[in-house]
Amino acid sequence: MKLLKLIPDNTNIRFLRWRVPFYAISLLLMAASVGLMFTKGLNLGVDFVGGQMIRMTFVDQQAAPIADLRARIDGLGYGEPVIQQFGQLNEISVRMRLPADSSNRTAVAERMTREIVSTVRGAYPQVRIDGLDSVSGKVSSELFESGMWALILAAMGISIYIWIRFEWQFGVGALFALVHDVTLTLGMFSLTQMEFDLNIVAALLTLIGYSLNDNIVVYDRIRENLKKFRRMPITELLDLSVNETLSRTVVTSLSLLITLVALLVLGPDVIFGFTAAITLGIFVGTYSSIYMSTPILIWLGVTSDSFVPNEGPDRAERTARGET
Amino acid sequence: MLDFPRWKKVWLSLVTAALALAALPSLFALANLPWPAAIPAPLVNLGLDLAGGSHILLEAESGQIAAQRLENMEETVRTTMRQADPRIRISEVSSNNGSLSFMVEDTGQVDRARELLLPTINGLGSVREWDLQVVDGTRFVLAPTDQGLNAAVDNAMQSATEVVRKRIDALGTREPTIFRQGDTRIVVQVPGLQDPQALKDLLGQTAKLEFKLVDETALPSDVQQGIAPAGSQIYPFADDTPTVGQTIAVRRLGGIKGDNLVNAQQSFDPQTNEPVVTIQFDQQGAAKFAQLTTQNVNKPFAIILDEKVLSAPNINEPIRGGTAQISGGFSVEGANALAIALRSGALPVDLTVIEERTVRPELGIDSIKKGGIALAVGLTLLMAFMVLTYGRFGVYTCLALVINLLMILGVMAYLGEVAALTLPGIAGLVLTVGAAVDANVLINERIREERARGRGVVQAVETGYKEASRAIFDANITNTIAAVIMFLFGSGPIRGFAVVLIIGIATSVFTAVTLTRMWVAGWLRRTRPTDIVL
Repeated sequence: MKLLKLIPDNTNIRFLRWRVPFYAISLLLMAASVGLMFTKGLNLGVDFVGGQMIRMTFVDQQAAPIADLRARIDGLGYGEPVIQQFGQLNEISVRMRLPADSSNRTAVAERMTREIVSTVRGAYPQVRIDGLDSVSGKVSSELFESGMWALILAAMGISIYIWIRFEWQFGVGALFALVHDVTLTLGMFSLTQMEFDLNIVAALLTLIGYSLNDNIVVYDRIRENLKKFRRMPITELLDLSVNETLSRTVVTSLSLLITLVALLVLGPDVIFGFTAAITLGIFVGTYSSIYMSTPILIWLGVTSDSFVPNEGPDRAERTARGET
Repeated sequence: MLDFPRWKKVWLSLVTAALALAALPSLFALANLPWPAAIPAPLVNLGLDLAGGSHILLEAESGQIAAQRLENMEETVRTTMRQADPRIRISEVSSNNGSLSFMVEDTGQVDRARELLLPTINGLGSVREWDLQVVDGTRFVLAPTDQGLNAAVDNAMQSATEVVRKRIDALGTREPTIFRQGDTRIVVQVPGLQDPQALKDLLGQTAKLEFKLVDETALPSDVQQGIAPAGSQIYPFADDTPTVGQTIAVRRLGGIKGDNLVNAQQSFDPQTNEPVVTIQFDQQGAAKFAQLTTQNVNKPFAIILDEKVLSAPNINEPIRGGTAQISGGFSVEGANALAIALRSGALPVDLTVIEERTVRPELGIDSIKKGGIALAVGLTLLMAFMVLTYGRFGVYTCLALVINLLMILGVMAYLGEVAALTLPGIAGLVLTVGAAVDANVLINERIREERARGRGVVQAVETGYKEASRAIFDANITNTIAAVIMFLFGSGPIRGFAVVLIIGIATSVFTAVTLTRMWVAGWLRRTRPTDIVL
């Protein structure tokens, strides 16, 4: 039986030759993402800003009458609703901010929900209410805070682990790749204005894990080769390591994509944003493990000495012979 | 490396079987197939987003508990001093910044007053509840201690949780989950509830019932402006009463509280046919109520619920039977809810709904179905890809994958409620399937590489497993770090996702590394191939 080989044996692509232009592009994209977040911002869901989200399905309609609904709900005087369609064309979510100035916000929120539901029911008797999320300002700020903490702690924890297992340069490289991946994903959320809720934080944490997976596999090979080929120039050695692990990188990323696309196309609509974030993260993560976290090692001065346990006469001797 | 003694094989197979078979009852249940009753069947718990239902987070205002406690302290101080023999006169009773202060008028009685208060400030438990300071010789300052206040909050929350439980039971809700979260919060989860409104209305009602005499001396113009005569207090009428918008002055003291009830039922007023609540006092309450109504015949008294007046009828005759009827413009549902609330007792503190998540059960079923299909399709495609890429080794990978999935579900079934399957959890399952093959990909690629370098079959396999293990280990540790942090910081559904990831990491290392190695070793031993297709 002839087996499928996506990547031929013994590839020798000189990935790192293009490191400067790719770095430039990545840094530009990161800057653009940060800029987008400051100007356009993220479309934060009720989890993070508080408010109410009512999910409804217009059973007897082809598509939800979004414009009409917007006018009707706006007319109630609680502010403008954010209406988004998800899944089928007749499935929507109606999002409302909590009334700002009111001593009894919970009661007002309750009344608001009741009025919206009865207004929509009055106009479209066949509507089906699928779910309700109601989050007070207090809870939403707690959720936001704990979400941010989770991201920061995960990034720190993983970088420290890599630093301990490898060398500090690798820790910095991993942290940089991770910031790169998260920033670009956030930029994409800002650009598309997809809803950013609690699930997306989980998605970001997941993609941090997976992108680091790739990093570690490449780093592990770099470490092995650094011990094996003491005289090889570092750029060449990094290229060799990336090439040796290329087949694995491609097969694993494809495996993940197969399952993710299945989820995107066939899975529950409610977690579409979540799956989309991870899918995007797989692309960004695979790219960053080759072009972000590897070249940075050159600039941070990784040499074959980095993994020599006993420095001393041996090192001095080699330096004397002109090996670095 | 490739040596597997018989005992080890048996042991590994037993563990695998025990965990993987535990998934079967849940799979049967999801597919709506009958499970033989004779065999015990641990089931995977479904989160609310899949099972449908409501998650309600209630919060108490701890400041309210402190204020209440201060008020009780004031009453205790007044009573203690009044009942002392000879009576100790006090003045300038005031409370600010959470502490209570008063003057003992006769300096000679300061020591005795202090002595009388000692049991109260020391409390019943092991912690001192109040700090007492005597300033300038005669001014007493009572400040609550932190421990005392915490204990009071804890107490109030404990009984609030009990009241919440009673009320939900009275509503006839099946299988509610009620537990305390943090210092001042209560989580209520009810599966399959269609309309959580009734539940929220019921829990939002403190149900503090009071009967107080109307102050007839108050000038209507003063009352209108919110000015109460000394010893009286202004209350507004409740929302659904005919007199809503008006206020009334009632006497602060001399009323009775509705704590001593034995029963409360919704009924109809025989004359007006209006929905009302009939309450029944216990013996003590009945005696107090009889006394109040006997002494005040032909005077109006106000029925006050949660600081709002329901009605202020005239006492036409003494009510001695201990039964009273409360009207206040109720709907039948409203009267019924109030009856339940009164039966289960007043909440010691107001509770506010600060978070609610409700999902229609059908939506959850839909999610499970779609998630299942996505999983099946993804898995099939992935398995085809693996077999095409790695041949026999790909088949081992596929076997490991299926067992891995079963083991995750099995472990979740054993763990029960701690590891409920949520919507993000389904995504976690699908993702774990994708990620679990990574270990096998690493191993297979390495074996391929070692073969290309000219190593023999057995040696290549051995080196492949050994060299790949390091990266597999490191990669899984980083994923575990991310998943554990997600579990610790995440709420609800996110936790469900993290749980699947954590279990999946453990089982996938076991199936992808240990099990496949056992199978590969067995195959090598049996056939002793000189070349492998990889």
